Amino acid sequence: MREEFFPTFDYGSVFVDPWWSGFESTFQVVLMGFFVCLACGVIGNFVVARRLALVGDAISHSLLPGIAIAFVFTSSRSLPAMLIGAAVAGVLTTVLIELIHRKSRVKPDAAIGIVFTTLFAVGVVIISIWLDNVHLDADCVLYGEIGLVPLRESFILGGANLGPLPIATMGAVALLDILLVIVFYRVLLVTSFDAGLARSLGMPVNTTHYGLMIALALTIVAAFEAVGVVLVVAMLIFPAVTAGFFFERLPALLFGVAPLSLAYSLGGFHLAKWLDCSIAGAMVVTAGALFVVAWFFGPKGGLVYRSRALGFLFTASKQKISPQIVG
Amino acid sequence: MVHIPPPLEIHDLTVSYDRKPVLYGVDVVVEAGSLVGVVGPNGAGKSTLIKTIMGIVQPNGGWVKIFGQPYRKAVTRVGYVPQRESVDWDFPVSVMDVVLMGRYGHAGLMRRVSKRDRRIASECLEKVNMQPFSDRQIGNLSGGQQQRVFLARALAQESDLYLMDEPFAGVDAATETAIVELLRDLKERGKTLIVVHHDLSSAREYFDKLMLLNMRLVAYGEMEETFTPDLLQKTYGGRLTILSDVAGQAAGRSEFEEEGNPKL
Ligand SMILES: Nc1ncnc2c1ncn2[C@@H]1O[C@H](COP(=O)(O)OP(=O)(O)OP(=O)(O)O)[C@@H](O)[C@H]1O
Ligand SMILES: [Mg+2]
Repeated sequence: MREEFFPTFDYGSVFVDPWWSGFESTFQVVLMGFFVCLACGVIGNFVVARRLALVGDAISHSLLPGIAIAFVFTSSRSLPAMLIGAAVAGVLTTVLIELIHRKSRVKPDAAIGIVFTTLFAVGVVIISIWLDNVHLDADCVLYGEIGLVPLRESFILGGANLGPLPIATMGAVALLDILLVIVFYRVLLVTSFDAGLARSLGMPVNTTHYGLMIALALTIVAAFEAVGVVLVVAMLIFPAVTAGFFFERLPALLFGVAPLSLAYSLGGFHLAKWLDCSIAGAMVVTAGALFVVAWFFGPKGGLVYRSRALGFLFTASKQKISPQIVG
Repeated sequence: MVHIPPPLEIHDLTVSYDRKPVLYGVDVVVEAGSLVGVVGPNGAGKSTLIKTIMGIVQPNGGWVKIFGQPYRKAVTRVGYVPQRESVDWDFPVSVMDVVLMGRYGHAGLMRRVSKRDRRIASECLEKVNMQPFSDRQIGNLSGGQQQRVFLARALAQESDLYLMDEPFAGVDAATETAIVELLRDLKERGKTLIVVHHDLSSAREYFDKLMLLNMRLVAYGEMEETFTPDLLQKTYGGRLTILSDVAGQAAGRSEFEEEGNPKL
């Protein structure tokens, strides 16, 4: 254990030096963090709106066996194999959860608990049997190594170096998520809000659900090596709930993801520089701190706006539209 | 003469959840321009019937035709008002967003919502007196207001057949009158309405026809023919009928005893 928890704060070494002397790696780490939060935040908004936050948690854990099996088959850290393994694991998780919930008396939350712990354990067993001596260590899976991202092999496309492969992948996944949400916005909106209406409009409710789960699984697997499977869940949930204290409509919540992602990524990076700690951990701590700020001061349901003592100004303006008369 | 298919035709429909039968052998034809009340005790399968008609629940046997076609082909001709508890009212959408969802069937999955769609949605909100609330988040509404938003959304669907699951639940007397007027107005314009309703005493004045349901179709027809003590007794009448024996086996006796009292 080190001597002091908070090292002396030195503006120069925390904020200036990383950008001055090590611009490239600083930029790459912050960019990776931004892409992770962006992709997770966009998908996370639908996950939260559908009340599937726990399923997000479950999928993130059950990716382990998917990745491990892909690893056993290809005996390399081949990205396409891992993505396929993760997508299969993600869909399997949701199918199993629904199967157990529908075909038995087990409640949905218990079904989630059963499925993801079992799959996670299968992953642990596979790793300890076959992959004991290879580099797929549990710490990396759980907490991620975003600081090491600049050291990974580059992604070369047509002779141009597009930076480290994980960043290129994460950027592509973030772009894919955003495009999917734009193209299928209505279907996602209606199936999330009112599956009955969606069916009555002829929308493919189940396909949309599994499509969303696949996108979620892909996002998590692209993000997990940066922030790990545990912290990725934070990135799914925080942007949606934090923006929820400022906005009440889904499009606004979705637009809120970008500035929040930037804040998490930059804030986490510099906090980690100061405290000399895990960057991914510091990103989540930043997200948590911003959530608390929003919870206190957010205009939609924040504590300050709710409290009588401070809130009379705001409620006075609200009350103008409150009285309702029915004709 | 050209044969015009009826808005709703159900033949020998059987539905169960986890092998537990909920509806059996329902056979009914609803004529165009009918205002039908669907009544029956809790757990009678009223919501299930509506959901099966809409293809939300798959039947084990029998079929449903809407304007002579399977549901998939008649999607845009059906408007739907679900039971209020069936959606999450904390969902981040405004009143206007919800009503616009009713236009999606017309707009197609990809095309943007047009000015015309917005105008229609706005008019529908006007009809249920919810225009001033169009920018509100739906969670900030009272129960009756939420119900009226659903109604506005169904109106925005501009359908020929409306299926409504307890649109009067939790609304005050004034709203109830307003909704009834709306239903009558739709009927005058040749629409067909099938409305699940809980209060027997008002069912008589609100609807023209009655569908008495308790796991089986007890009766369907004009109000005078169906609103009889005999048939009501058969629908609600606890353990005296053969029906309740079946129900008792399927649903557990205690549940049936508690919930089987008519509100008369
Ligand atoms: N999703 C479901 N899974 C299993 N059983 C269900 C499900 N939905 C309804 N049931 C059962 O089916 C029966 C009929 O339910 P339904 O909701 O159709 O009744 P209802 O007539 O609409 O009742 P209410 O007046 O309470 O709305 C009930 O016994 C209920 O327990
Ligand atoms: Mg019901």
